[in-house]
Amino acid sequence: MSIVSSTDILEQRTRRDARHERLFRWLLKGCALIVLAALLGAAGATLWGGREAFTTFGWHFLVSSEWDPGNDVYGALVPVYGTLVTSFIALLIAVPVSFGIALYLSEVAPAWLRTPVASAIELLAGIPSIIYGMWGLFIFAPFFAEHFKPWLTNNLGNKPDDGQLSWVAEHVPFIGKLFGSDYPFGASILVAGIVLAIMVIPFISSVMREVFQTVPTPLKESAYALGSSTWEVAWNIVLPYTRSAVIGGIFLGLGRALGETMAVTFVLGNSMRLSSSLLDPGTSIASAIANQFSEAVGLQKSALMALAFLLFVVTFIVLLIARLMLRRLASKEGR
Amino acid sequence: MLTLRKTPIRFAAVATLAVASTFGMAAQATDITGAGSSFVYPVMSKWSAAYAEQTGNRLNYQSVGSGAGIAQIKEGTIDFGASDAPMKAEDLKKFGLGQFPIVVGGIVPVVNIAGVQAGQIKLDGTTLADIFLGKINNWNDPKIAALNAGLKLPAGKITVVHRSDGSGTSFNFTNFLSKVSPTWASQVKFGTAVEWPTGVGGKGNEGVSQYVKQIKGSIGYVEYAYAVKNKLSWTDLKNAAGNVVAPDADSFAAAAATADWASTQDFNLIMTNAPGAKAWPITATTWMIMYKTPKNAGNSKTAFDFFKYALENGQKAASDLDYVPLPPALVKQIEAYWAAEFKH
Repeated sequence: MSIVSSTDILEQRTRRDARHERLFRWLLKGCALIVLAALLGAAGATLWGGREAFTTFGWHFLVSSEWDPGNDVYGALVPVYGTLVTSFIALLIAVPVSFGIALYLSEVAPAWLRTPVASAIELLAGIPSIIYGMWGLFIFAPFFAEHFKPWLTNNLGNKPDDGQLSWVAEHVPFIGKLFGSDYPFGASILVAGIVLAIMVIPFISSVMREVFQTVPTPLKESAYALGSSTWEVAWNIVLPYTRSAVIGGIFLGLGRALGETMAVTFVLGNSMRLSSSLLDPGTSIASAIANQFSEAVGLQKSALMALAFLLFVVTFIVLLIARLMLRRLASKEGR
Repeated sequence: MLTLRKTPIRFAAVATLAVASTFGMAAQATDITGAGSSFVYPVMSKWSAAYAEQTGNRLNYQSVGSGAGIAQIKEGTIDFGASDAPMKAEDLKKFGLGQFPIVVGGIVPVVNIAGVQAGQIKLDGTTLADIFLGKINNWNDPKIAALNAGLKLPAGKITVVHRSDGSGTSFNFTNFLSKVSPTWASQVKFGTAVEWPTGVGGKGNEGVSQYVKQIKGSIGYVEYAYAVKNKLSWTDLKNAAGNVVAPDADSFAAAAATADWASTQDFNLIMTNAPGAKAWPITATTWMIMYKTPKNAGNSKTAFDFFKYALENGQKAASDLDYVPLPPALVKQIEAYWAAEFKH
């Protein structure tokens, strides 16, 4: 009797456990699905909102640099270009600097310094972007216009003040165009890129620092024992060991740079004209939406929604490239 | 230990008191909600504070932009909308809405030229339009010199600064340029946002003020109050009557008074390029938009009471903020319009 009842109890418990397990699994699945639903919902809503613009302009919307609310003609090329170029500049600066910060904190810095600097970096990540924007507009952009820009335009640009092209501008292709500008102020694509870099450095460097610390000490110590320098250990041991996490961190920063709105709006100059120069004002997808959405009606509003959808697409493509890169790295590793 | 234990109790008592008093006030007062134009936001908040002190009724005004204000009143989520551009008669009719102006303000071109103080440089409409079209791009251009005999202007590239965000300020400014320049009217047209032929965009009045301050040789346009506050050098303008006028309360009032309000329907009139001899050419107003047969009659009644207070007793508050109160004749016309068109 007692044996039967105990197996009964056991069976009951297994059943209950199984039920709980199922419930838990559903709960977890629900959590994951919320993200998916939110993503699809947002993408779908922007696509639906932008359908008028997409049907009116078709493919032309993607390649036209015109944005003319007066005549109701819209094209996305200028904002898409601005978004990509500012984010690219931001990564160009932020990745090496973040790598340096993370390496210093995990390998070189004395122990007492690590925690305060690491918390300082995390604090930087918490500063609202409007503060970066104000700093960029009131302090950095004028400073840049006064001290850096003249040097850049005169030594690298194709429109120097004295009319004499420098050796670099004459001999290196594209450089002249990139740095030629006769606008006398700071707010520009380059300044926006620099401000963005400062904004994403905390994100990238804190991820890098975390993962650098996961590298097993015996690995590093054996490399040191074989006579490697700190640089060699970082490049040949730490980086390969943490590569996928590092790339993940970089793309986290890139995601932030692509979607950043307020700070960019302040320092980008908000001009809807296509210019090859990094020192000319431009616009980005997020800042164009922030600027125009409150007063937009009809087709203009639809075009802004279409822009928002394009931001999804751009981010998706960038993430896709990241995945492909990781896969290629992984397959190389196997060989 | 003792104080530690006491503090939360005391805090709780204060909190309860505060909550009780808030509810107590809410019970006897009406809260009305409006949304729209940021152009009138400063004066709206000043009026609503004074009005709440007097009557206990509170106004919650959200400065979300004219477009959003119109969208929200169409949805019926607010008691009144506020727009810097008038709604068309057919739209008003379709939604059963009425509109009327509330206060007048001026928009001034501002410049940053070494050695040029506020009011020293004079421009006319076509020159201003040519500058914003990029056709005139140097301060020593003969057209500018012809308007400014006796003022030595340095050679220097002109950098145009415009609003990057959609705004009523841009709407009125480009409306003026469209009225005075056929090229502008056919190429750029007017609106809260346009495709600017040249220049750089600053976000908000603050953004434009900041850019104009930073960029030597720049010209932008801001609300008068911002030019005064930021000590920017504004320009004088030649008006439709051919006189050169300075931007101030008198010339804004002259524009409001000489604009032909009497023959308009639903006050559908953009005041730029007003005909008066002393009128400032870029003068603007903001329209309040309300349902003729409101869903919430009580709130609507309070809103009208608030507007009556603003039009009849709010002049000083408006002048303090560099707005101009509506001329008495126009106030009479608005009150007649209320009586005739609105059920309240």
